[in-house]
Amino acid sequence: MSQDQILNPKSLPNSPEKATLEGKNKFLGLWFFLGGETVLFASLFGSFVALRNSTAGGPSSEELFGLELVFLMTVMLLTSSLTSVYAMYHMKNHDFKKMQLWLGITGLLGIGFLGLEIYEFTHYITEYGFTFRSSAFGSAFYSLVGFHGGHVTFGIVWLIAIMVRNARRGLNLYNAPKFNTFSLYWHYIDVVWVFVFTVVYLMGKVG
Amino acid sequence: MTENTNTNNQLTDFHRQKNKEEMKRNVISFAMMIVSTIIAFAVVASGVMDRVFAIFLLFILAVAQVAFQFFYFMHMKEKGHAMPAVMIVAGTWAAFLTTFGLIAAVWW
Amino acid sequence: MSIAVSDKNSAVTQKRSIGAVLWDYLTTVDHMKVAHLYLFGGAFFFILGGIEAVIIRIQLLVPENDFVSAGFYNEIITMHGTTMIFLAAMPLLLGMMNAIMPLQIGARDVAFPFLNSLGVWLFILGGIMLNMSWFFGGAPDAGWTAYAPLSTTSPGHGVDFYAVGLQIAGAGTLMSGINFLVTIINMRAPGMTYMRMPLFTWTTFITSILILFAFPALTVGLFLLMFDRMFGSAFFDVALGGNTIIWQHLFWIFGHPEVYILILPVFGLFSEIFSTFSKKRLFGYTSMVFATMLIAFLGFMVWAHHMFTVGMGPIANTIFSVATMAIAIPTGIKIFNWLATMWGGNVKINSAMLWALGFIPSFTIGGMTGIMVATVAADYQYHDTYFVIAHFHYTIVGGTVMGIFAGLHYWWPKIFGRVLNETLGKITFWTFFIGFHMTFFIQHFLGLMGMPRRYWVFLENQGLDTGNFISSLGALFMSIGVIVFIYNAIYVWLKGEKAAADPWDGRTLEWTTASPPEHYNWKQTPLIRGLDCLWIEKTEGNGKMTPAEPLKDIHMPNNTIIPFIMTLGFFISGFGFIYQTENKLWYIALFGGMAIALLAMLVRSLQDDVGHYITKEELKGEAK
Repeated sequence: MSQDQILNPKSLPNSPEKATLEGKNKFLGLWFFLGGETVLFASLFGSFVALRNSTAGGPSSEELFGLELVFLMTVMLLTSSLTSVYAMYHMKNHDFKKMQLWLGITGLLGIGFLGLEIYEFTHYITEYGFTFRSSAFGSAFYSLVGFHGGHVTFGIVWLIAIMVRNARRGLNLYNAPKFNTFSLYWHYIDVVWVFVFTVVYLMGKVG
Repeated sequence: MTENTNTNNQLTDFHRQKNKEEMKRNVISFAMMIVSTIIAFAVVASGVMDRVFAIFLLFILAVAQVAFQFFYFMHMKEKGHAMPAVMIVAGTWAAFLTTFGLIAAVWW
Repeated sequence: MSIAVSDKNSAVTQKRSIGAVLWDYLTTVDHMKVAHLYLFGGAFFFILGGIEAVIIRIQLLVPENDFVSAGFYNEIITMHGTTMIFLAAMPLLLGMMNAIMPLQIGARDVAFPFLNSLGVWLFILGGIMLNMSWFFGGAPDAGWTAYAPLSTTSPGHGVDFYAVGLQIAGAGTLMSGINFLVTIINMRAPGMTYMRMPLFTWTTFITSILILFAFPALTVGLFLLMFDRMFGSAFFDVALGGNTIIWQHLFWIFGHPEVYILILPVFGLFSEIFSTFSKKRLFGYTSMVFATMLIAFLGFMVWAHHMFTVGMGPIANTIFSVATMAIAIPTGIKIFNWLATMWGGNVKINSAMLWALGFIPSFTIGGMTGIMVATVAADYQYHDTYFVIAHFHYTIVGGTVMGIFAGLHYWWPKIFGRVLNETLGKITFWTFFIGFHMTFFIQHFLGLMGMPRRYWVFLENQGLDTGNFISSLGALFMSIGVIVFIYNAIYVWLKGEKAAADPWDGRTLEWTTASPPEHYNWKQTPLIRGLDCLWIEKTEGNGKMTPAEPLKDIHMPNNTIIPFIMTLGFFISGFGFIYQTENKLWYIALFGGMAIALLAMLVRSLQDDVGHYITKEELKGEAK
């Protein structure tokens, strides 16, 4: 396969994201990275659960958390996971415009999620004086949720970069794997969030 | 890497149909995920359940939801995902040990 | 080297200027050149760590010595451990994996050449960062384990350098792990099934899995330490509800798999050496593979045996004790398989084989004391004494370092194109081997007599004088061994002849390429017909690999400077992290460095880097 065929294919194969060796490598590499991320987040979750009652006289999780906001955030992130599935669906059908559209929606939902998270953090800090430094619980909470938020931020920047870069030239064998790896990463962020809302917020409310 | 002249590799109506059915299943899994989320939040908001039982249920719902993500949204059920599955399972095992260690053996 | 192959940046030249060579290495993505960088970097830090070890032994030469001050001694022991583990042993192993593993599976490069280059630069600059602490107000002094609260309350910036330096170097290692995994899974030559892979490739594979799952725990631990020291969080601050045991768990959840990361590759390369120099196929290949897997699996479930005296209670201690002892079973399988490989073989003893032979008793002693310290009740006696020092030096020096020397003697022709001098090699082995046992065997007894580790001085007439003196004398012998080795390397580089492709009458695929191989490794990917594929061709075929493809254009990755720039960004940012506690102006360095790194990532993401092709005509031209 020549360079030209990779960048300007006359016709795309059935699964453009895994048609080249580079595509296959990216696919596998990202999955393994996610395997490692599992342990990374597990370490953070473990530290959080170990320290969740160490409030040092500050507000406890029952007093802090409001379920409405978290529910809204959950639905947004969950929906963005579905929209990126839609984007990959259109990629498999070689419909670049629709893919970009659904990726755009994914990005917007991600930005919305991030906005709500920032609002939530400022709310805790200004209303409750609950900060990164106020107690071990605070440190663990902001680290865990913040690491997840950092992953969301990185994902959004990544998405914007590949969307803008490829906006004018359509799908090819070089960029299809990039979209696909992004989508896998994005799903994984949602996987982590499922445990964040379960362990941090819901279990925090149960006590 | 051979030239892509093989017609089997091209996008056909068969593949389009297959992609469509796949998408349908994905929408169904999304609905299931939303439902399990709602149940989880409802259980906590209403406070109808005993603490231990609630935590148990929350975990089952979370694991189910994550299974949908992995197997449907991330296509882990499909062919060619043996190695990803191995690594995710191994990662989950390491993650379990890590969290278990941190939770169970830090305070005593 | 009459004709250097023209890749994009290096033209056809006789002798290139230093600048051109430097630029070539800064931008290289070739697995062999990246391996060179790992080996040079690892060797540099190995010498540095060795000097630190010698300072420790001089300090402990006589009772109540004051060769170094107490504070400086703490810095020296911390840096000796950290440097040897993270900056010497691991990079040297990663270097050999980089050099040999693609050759053993018939790949032209690794799966992610860009990440490979990024990984090596992260290691080198991370190591430099850590050692910068010597010049900026003192090195870390909380031990290589950096237990909180000692590490969180240690004054100055030493421990900050520890956290940031290891964070940078660790990220590089994680990338290499993923890279090797994908390479082995996706890029094996036709016919190279999993159960035909040489054992070194197998152990590279399993080690990479360990890296993938162990390093994230260290990443988190170091982040928590950074947050506590630099941003005022309270993870380990008991006054605000923190818990210092969290650090111990995170560190050892990483740290125990880490010792298997250090030993498994060495098990692999010893298997190659025993089989090659016994002229027999490896005894029990399948059991070797599964024993490796079993060690890796168990290795994740034993971390708390470093924490028996923390007070986890008898049940937890017992579980971890039993799990630890279970690791002796797969390790024993390996030892007996090596012995059986030699049994009845046509054994040829040269310097590579000498290291392998010396390894078996040395490592077995280390394993045996491992069972002793795994016994909980007895461990209360051994804990934090020189017995433990002796134990882990017997495994890490007697295992990993001897393995590195064996591997270097074995693969030197493949990596650098010269065969190391045999006489000098044997001198290296005997001085180092005798010195090693002198240094560390006596330490078992020093430990049993109650000498604690990490102490600056010991008192006269407590039965420790002679032992420590002998131990220090051994360090002298080890130093001589290392110096002779370095002399050997320089000597053969200047005076040695170009090595043959297959100087040892080898069995595996790497010996079919030239020494050193062309940067594309093979003109035509070879077809693999079984385990020990070259040996099969030697005994059943014409001694050459059958090509699996017609001669055609070869796709190769382009060289790039971006990994270096990205790493430089993280490096600058690291200083910002460390010093923003003193002056807010350092935030400029923090964010500036991050911006450089992120911009480099963006450029990488936006440019189309589809590599280049070596045409058929060029390949044919070289055949002449």
